[in-house]
Amino acid sequence: MSAAATTARAVTSSTIATGKSKDRDVKSLVFLGALWFSLFFGVMVLIALIVDTVIDGSGRFDSSLFTHYTQSFAADKADELAAAGRDPKDLSVEYTGFRAGILGSVVLMMTTALLAIPLGVAAATYLEEFADNNTWYNRVIEVNLQNLAAVPAVIYGMLAAAIMSFLSVERTWAIGGAVALALLILPVVIITTREALRSVPEEIRQGSLALGATVWQTTWRQTLPSAIPGISTGTILGLSRAIGEAAPLVMVGFAAANWDPEFPFVFSSIEAFPLEIFQAASSPLAVVREAASAGIIVLLAMILGMNALAIIIRNKFQRSW
Amino acid sequence: MTAISEPGSPSGAGPAPVLTARPRPGEAVIKFLLVSAAVLSVLVTVGIIGAVLQPALDFFAEIPFGDFFRTSDVSDDRPYAVIPLIVGTAITTVIALCIAVPIGLGAAMYLSEYASKRARKWLKPTVELLAGVPSVVYGAFAVFFVIPVVLKQWLGLEVSAFNSLGAGLVLGVMIIPTVASLSEDALSAVPLAMRQGSLAMGANRMQTTLRVVFPAALSGIAAAIVLGMSRAVGETMIVLMAGGSIKNMSLDPTEAHETMTGKIARTALGESPVGSTEYNFLFAVALLLFVLTFIMNMFSIAIVRRFRQAY
Repeated sequence: MSAAATTARAVTSSTIATGKSKDRDVKSLVFLGALWFSLFFGVMVLIALIVDTVIDGSGRFDSSLFTHYTQSFAADKADELAAAGRDPKDLSVEYTGFRAGILGSVVLMMTTALLAIPLGVAAATYLEEFADNNTWYNRVIEVNLQNLAAVPAVIYGMLAAAIMSFLSVERTWAIGGAVALALLILPVVIITTREALRSVPEEIRQGSLALGATVWQTTWRQTLPSAIPGISTGTILGLSRAIGEAAPLVMVGFAAANWDPEFPFVFSSIEAFPLEIFQAASSPLAVVREAASAGIIVLLAMILGMNALAIIIRNKFQRSW
Repeated sequence: MTAISEPGSPSGAGPAPVLTARPRPGEAVIKFLLVSAAVLSVLVTVGIIGAVLQPALDFFAEIPFGDFFRTSDVSDDRPYAVIPLIVGTAITTVIALCIAVPIGLGAAMYLSEYASKRARKWLKPTVELLAGVPSVVYGAFAVFFVIPVVLKQWLGLEVSAFNSLGAGLVLGVMIIPTVASLSEDALSAVPLAMRQGSLAMGANRMQTTLRVVFPAALSGIAAAIVLGMSRAVGETMIVLMAGGSIKNMSLDPTEAHETMTGKIARTALGESPVGSTEYNFLFAVALLLFVLTFIMNMFSIAIVRRFRQAY
């Protein structure tokens, strides 16, 4: 075989090659490995976190986690507890639980949802269906929302504290924390709702308008119902963020009440679950730190469950028009 | 909504239909409600500035500006110096970025350049799962595991019980999703033709990713990093739990430092009466924090807007 023929064959085979072989040199493989590593680094950390916490809290996965109060802050309630006919061990360190925090967080969550969802959906509907994005004031709102999404959470707590003292009511009422959390998750709700509305095809609106419906009738009866899966995904993600947030609640002054929320729930002093975990984790007593680890698993189960629900809704109900 | 057609002249014979809409006062009310919901976001910003500004002004009326910005790590000497807090914040933020930037970028590159559409559908939520973990949990993780086990036992470092290194590392893990998802947007926005051009010249996928797609998306990636930085500066619970509470001017990350957010939260947990100098100091720090993160966010938004127009 002549030299020219060999070269020709080499040229031909290299042009016929799929190109995949080019990705198989050492550098490329190392690079791909690094990308894989970065992709799964987070998951590895998450697994380490969960495994370590489960081991730390392994002695405490019992029902007292849900039925008992945090010992250190409820000592002065002992008489009240006895009067109510409850077991005094409800206050002993070995049975530290997060009853007050879990109930408080549920109340907080519902109040937050009540404040944030209507507001967020309304704002998103206006921006997406009614607003003219070229006017300066709508652009101001737009930029402002992007900016609000990145304001530190502590500062929302300060704002809520200021609002509560301006209204001269008790800061530690559930409503104070709910205001802070609602403002915190408002940008999340607005952004995801807008995306959901944007993915509703224009033809549906045009069809409705062509039949003589007004813009509002179209929005209310066609666009919004079509966007419900997207909106609920965003709402759940926002609420799951709110349930784990502690910093703004510190600023509002929670962390003192360690008792069940009382009837007009919104106007009673409450405790929040993440704050109880924060206090228990900082405790000098090893038994209390163990309870904190068990509490973390409960909180993580709640939040990851909510995230999973949001993803399921997104994947299941996402319509391709 | 610009889709409403103009009333053209009817082509057929007969009287022209009345196309003027019946006035609907109810709809005006609805529209007003929707507008006010949107305007509320602006009011919140104004409210934040108002809520923070007044006590901060009270603080500066009492303590001269110079004392606020004086360097000092002796707490008793100058209790209202902010520079040590800024140093603490800067150290944890830099450590966090050292973790979050390479890892976030790597994940973004895989998602945008290598993953199939189906794989991305599952891999992206996996990365975003990290953003769902509450900061209290990350803080406890730093105190229970990262500092005692990873830093002290595995790496054998001489660290104090609370330190910026542990706090910064965990903070970095927390902001990975922020960096990853914005960088992925930037990388995906690079037109396909540029990749095809590169591949046609004989480059492989790694070369295309690193030398063509990455430089083209650089401004968007910069925006992602700035936003991640602003997240790290504003995060509270991790630095509160793991970072320590010592005003410290040293740049050694194995020591304890107090950050701006940590100082704010720790004072709020204590019993300082409303209107006292210590209480007002919080608001001065918060004002500085708000201004810093605001500048970073605006910067990030501006870069994103610019790179979107590039193609």
